[in-house]
Amino acid sequence: MIIGAPAHDPFERDRGGPATPLLTVKGLLKHFPIRGGALGRVQAHVRAVDGVDFEVMKGETLGVVGESGCGKSTTARLLLSLIDPTAGEVFFDGMKVGSPELSLKEFRRQTQMVFQDSYSSLNPRLTIEASIAFAPQVHGVPKREAVARARDLLARVGLDPVRFAGRYPHELSGGQRQRVNIARALALQPRLVLLDEAVSALDKSVEAQVLNLLMDLKDEFGLTYLFISHDLNVVRFISDRVMVMYLGQVAEIGPSDVVFDRACHPYTTALLSSMPSIDPDHRTMEAPLAGDPPNPINPPSGCRFHTRCSFVEQVCSSVQPRLTEAGPQHEAACLMVVPGSGHSKAPVGTGVAA
Amino acid sequence: MAALAQHTLAAPAPAEKADGYWIGVWRRLRRDPVAMVALAVIVALILMAILAPYLAPADPLRGQSLRRLRPIGTAGFPLGTDELGRDMLSRLIWGARLSLFMGITPVILAFFVGSAIGITAGYAGGRVGTVIMRTIDVFYAFPSVLLAVALSGALGSGTGNALVSLTVVFVPQIARVAEAVTTQVRQRDYVEAARASGAGPVTIVRVHVLGNVLGPIFVYATSLISVSMILASGLSFLGLGVQPPNPEWGLMLNTLRTAIYVQPWLAALPGVMIFFTSIAFNLLADGLRNAMDVKQ
Repeated sequence: MIIGAPAHDPFERDRGGPATPLLTVKGLLKHFPIRGGALGRVQAHVRAVDGVDFEVMKGETLGVVGESGCGKSTTARLLLSLIDPTAGEVFFDGMKVGSPELSLKEFRRQTQMVFQDSYSSLNPRLTIEASIAFAPQVHGVPKREAVARARDLLARVGLDPVRFAGRYPHELSGGQRQRVNIARALALQPRLVLLDEAVSALDKSVEAQVLNLLMDLKDEFGLTYLFISHDLNVVRFISDRVMVMYLGQVAEIGPSDVVFDRACHPYTTALLSSMPSIDPDHRTMEAPLAGDPPNPINPPSGCRFHTRCSFVEQVCSSVQPRLTEAGPQHEAACLMVVPGSGHSKAPVGTGVAA
Repeated sequence: MAALAQHTLAAPAPAEKADGYWIGVWRRLRRDPVAMVALAVIVALILMAILAPYLAPADPLRGQSLRRLRPIGTAGFPLGTDELGRDMLSRLIWGARLSLFMGITPVILAFFVGSAIGITAGYAGGRVGTVIMRTIDVFYAFPSVLLAVALSGALGSGTGNALVSLTVVFVPQIARVAEAVTTQVRQRDYVEAARASGAGPVTIVRVHVLGNVLGPIFVYATSLISVSMILASGLSFLGLGVQPPNPEWGLMLNTLRTAIYVQPWLAALPGVMIFFTSIAFNLLADGLRNAMDVKQ
């Protein structure tokens, strides 16, 4: 079953059909070596992304949430091979990325990224139009056509091409620049767009405008989004499914409503209760999560969250929980979900979800 | 009334074309009085060098032993005569040619070579970048004056060899700056975005890196012109650069040195020229640096 499948696919590039995930990530791993000493030998590794598996279905929006440093952005950069993964495979519409079937360049044409910093992601010396037209030209579109496409996209993201095409990034506001970045990402007619904190730097009114724009564009172009953010409200608003990450691993993944209303993993619960509420009866009086996440150089043994978890038991520090089904399409990596794990709250026997 | 005015303002704007980057730089530079004076001085010096045959009242090479070391203000010789009786004013005007040439040419050559090396090292990064930059660092082991003197000495005296040795002195300095700026630019998101769109390194450097690094490198190079002039004068002073009887300020300073107790003001004149020229280039570089700083 696919959540939020598009009514149409305007590009007719669908190979595997709607049942094939658009993006499949298997065992993605990135360890950054830390060198030290006189000889510059590798002394330790930062386990930024430590074995991540997930799928993004066609036409859905997968929200990725987690604290700073949990590996959200690294995951996005690994997907586009902007940094080389230590291990892991990425499949796009059933084809392995980097195989003869699907070259990296072709994959990058179909997958684009919008960055958080709207200023740093536009070349200050190029006009808006030139920035958007750059990528199509790289892929062999003649300049005239690329510029025409750039102007068309500017109009679609709500910027009058007559006024904005010839301007430079520093003459635009943050919201306008982020619209340009979205247009730039769409210039290659991608199928998957990675939005890395794409609205986090915008003020609230502009953020709402850009979010609505993203939803409109998704319908119009039949896009699939991987939406990375630390803002839970925004993720809930835009996502069909949500993936919660903690210290480079997936803690919980499931449909947006389920994760937000019936979270299984204590980390998700804590994260959700840290959301500020307007309702005075639901005001959080104390921080649900104390302290910073542990150091990813030396992650805790067993369950990575056990150092901050309020349900911690003896077994949590020795057994590492695997992602286990907790409901339809809902998985969590917590020993309280794993049947017969030894945790007092774990379901007994098999097949019964908590 | 107010509503009407607002309505007029909200009328569809005509086609807008933002000014290019360099037009903006020029607009900001024009508001900087110090930089404008410096620019005027430099333009005047260049014009003086070009128009030397028409401006100079006398032949800079012909002297008369009867009228040696006349003081400033002598009839017929407004700035006096040098130790061989040649007209100082004419020699100073002609001297601008060689002095400016020796100041600017090595910097231009080093700008191209150094930028190419530095940008390559900066964009490649990693091992390649380290190897290139450590090699460049070897030149840093020598003070620049010493290096210029040693190279000129080894190559032999003469204008061409002085030019080469000065270029070699400046290449590492410019490469260092180019590498630093490129490393910064390489980490910007627009370079990542360009990589994510499948562009190769050459295209990225051409479209996204060059435009953003050449400006700062250019500013740094401008500030090196004064250094180059002084070094070139120094080489001439030591007899390694321009050879007599050609007029060049550094060389003139050298030959007039013996007259410093007889006509101190006269002997100082070429030094004054070097001083003002290098100050002008330095102030222009400062002004450019400020003008090129695009505000967000």
